[in-house]
Amino acid sequence: MSSKDRILGRIRRASANAPDAEIPRDYLQVHGTRTPAERVDLLAAHLAEYRALVHRTDGDGLPALLTRLLAERGARTVLVPPGLPPHWLAAAGPVLVPDRADSTPHELDLVDSVVTGCALAVAETGTIVLDAGPDQGRRRITLIPDHHICVIRVPDQVVDSVPQALPLLDPSRPLTWISGPSATSDIELDRVEGVHGPRTLEVVLVGRE
Amino acid sequence: MTGTYLGMPAFPEAAREAVRDEVLRANLRHATHTIRDKRARSVAELADWDRLRAAGKAVKDHTLRHLDRYLLQLEEAVTAAGGTVHWAADADEANRIVTDLVRATGEREVVKVKSMATQEIGLNEALEAAGIAAYETDLAELIVQLGHDRPSHILVPAIHRNRAEIRDIFRTEMGSWGRPAPEPLGDDPRELAEAARLHLREKFLRARVAVSGANFMVAETGTMVVLESEGNGRMCLTLPETLISVVGIEKVVPTFRDLEIFLQTLPRSSTAERMNPYTTMWTGLGPSRGADGDGPAAFHLVLLDNGRTDTLADETGRQALRCIRCSACLNVCPVYERAGGHAYGSVYPGPIGAILSPQLRGTGTEIDASLPYASTLCGACYEVCPVAIDIPEVLVHLRERVAQGGPVTRGGVRVTLRPADGRTAERATMRAARLLLDHPGALRAGERLLARARRLAPRRLPGAGRAWTDSRELPTVPAESFRDWWARERGDTQ
Repeated sequence: MSSKDRILGRIRRASANAPDAEIPRDYLQVHGTRTPAERVDLLAAHLAEYRALVHRTDGDGLPALLTRLLAERGARTVLVPPGLPPHWLAAAGPVLVPDRADSTPHELDLVDSVVTGCALAVAETGTIVLDAGPDQGRRRITLIPDHHICVIRVPDQVVDSVPQALPLLDPSRPLTWISGPSATSDIELDRVEGVHGPRTLEVVLVGRE
Repeated sequence: MTGTYLGMPAFPEAAREAVRDEVLRANLRHATHTIRDKRARSVAELADWDRLRAAGKAVKDHTLRHLDRYLLQLEEAVTAAGGTVHWAADADEANRIVTDLVRATGEREVVKVKSMATQEIGLNEALEAAGIAAYETDLAELIVQLGHDRPSHILVPAIHRNRAEIRDIFRTEMGSWGRPAPEPLGDDPRELAEAARLHLREKFLRARVAVSGANFMVAETGTMVVLESEGNGRMCLTLPETLISVVGIEKVVPTFRDLEIFLQTLPRSSTAERMNPYTTMWTGLGPSRGADGDGPAAFHLVLLDNGRTDTLADETGRQALRCIRCSACLNVCPVYERAGGHAYGSVYPGPIGAILSPQLRGTGTEIDASLPYASTLCGACYEVCPVAIDIPEVLVHLRERVAQGGPVTRGGVRVTLRPADGRTAERATMRAARLLLDHPGALRAGERLLARARRLAPRRLPGAGRAWTDSRELPTVPAESFRDWWARERGDTQ
């Protein structure tokens, strides 16, 4: 008998008399009511609480803001996902490095910064979700460089809660949920940002023009 | 279960050692109180916490009732997405599967993201025996591994170490594993984290095989979910060419939607955050099938039983399988706070370990038979559990099993356990007590004798009673019995 059959047989004998349970779905879909502007404010506050650096601008101001943020970090090279709107980095000074399928982790490790969009953001938890869409690129480009700038279109890409976020996501795509920069509390529970992911996460909330 | 814990003294001896260690107690006290206070604030933010808790419990109970169906559905979905599913009945089989998979890649080292399941089966030791080096990449696990130590907490495994101890471990041990610690190295957490970053980055960038566990597996879609904070998880789950995930069969949930419950309750219960910094979800090889370098080109899922189906067969004890490994029960437990994680002799410490280990491993060893007694039954663990496991109920149930024996399932076979050795004295005492209480004359005579001889009363009981007085003071014997006092003072009213 294969282990699969053995395990399934044991499960069937063991669970035959187990109680079944209806799953109550009476928990809240949203915690509180907010206007779109309040939702964006809550997202910004929660992101900042987890030590992400939050900036706001509109479409016209975005290229100049990105240029300034990259310059402040001293970025000489910046990774660019294939579908990033070209005008976002039209004013940028650093050398643009396209995300290529054959670039190795060591090559990516030499790049200073990465700029991406996102799939959506969750206000109640201060979370950005990436789904490897064209303006976000592969998972590794937001992981290896030390500085990640993520652009969120507000209020359109912002939902209130986790229950609202999941139905909008496609589980067949690789999903990365990011809530503040990499952090550890393993040493005497002192929170330290930036262990293995980007040490600096900057979020740009871009309003409608 | 794992060689790491062989020869562990039973809980009372191990706890007595730990309680004497003042540094350990101070580290633990600081940590558990900090996390528990933060957790309470974080949970209070959600007005529907009780409903989320009830829903989480129900999802897990429903899944356990139909576990066969959901595992088959999961296997189908993972396979359809380009993954390969393996079934492992016990630790040896799981270790053999993983070792063979690593060997087939031709690699001699793997990077690991923290996983309770692989600790449970002693995978690192099995790989080492096969000439394969397994590098833990979670900061705390790295501290534990470099310190030739054992984890003492589910969430923060190196909670028993302070910064000075960690600096010393990094200084002396990092060089033998790879990049040495920078010189000079201070004991500031920032400096220590930076040293770990540099040491591990070298490994991440060259690793071709990774081993992980998972917090959840979605039957409907075949999606695997890993929650973490440091990014070492993302590194392991994204960069290597081959990813092997070893996951307990109880980690499956029916639908993608069910994650909306646990993604709210798990982070708040464990790290007291609204959400942990990183959550990675992947389904097989993804739409690109790993072809564009976005994620591994080969994905293996090893479904682990190792005592879980035996636990499922126990009507009272099976609720332990609802556990989502948040560790909230550790941080509120007065016994854990004083004894520390090592005393539990298992990768699962604290209240949940006290009910999970004796079920996964059976109560055959002294340490496992002692674990159901490692509790005051105060109930705080049940109060904080986000999936409402009634830990005190299971503890009492397991005490009964240890003391009286009875039917259990081991390796899928129904057997009858004999009462544990060493409990015979206890049972004899209870029989003697019943005899005495059933015969008031004998009791009265005994009490008078005791009162008269009270100056001669020893501080410790002889014979079978010694175990009791080893850790307790004998009460002082009053000058006269209550019965005599009553007769003297109130006798006239009778």
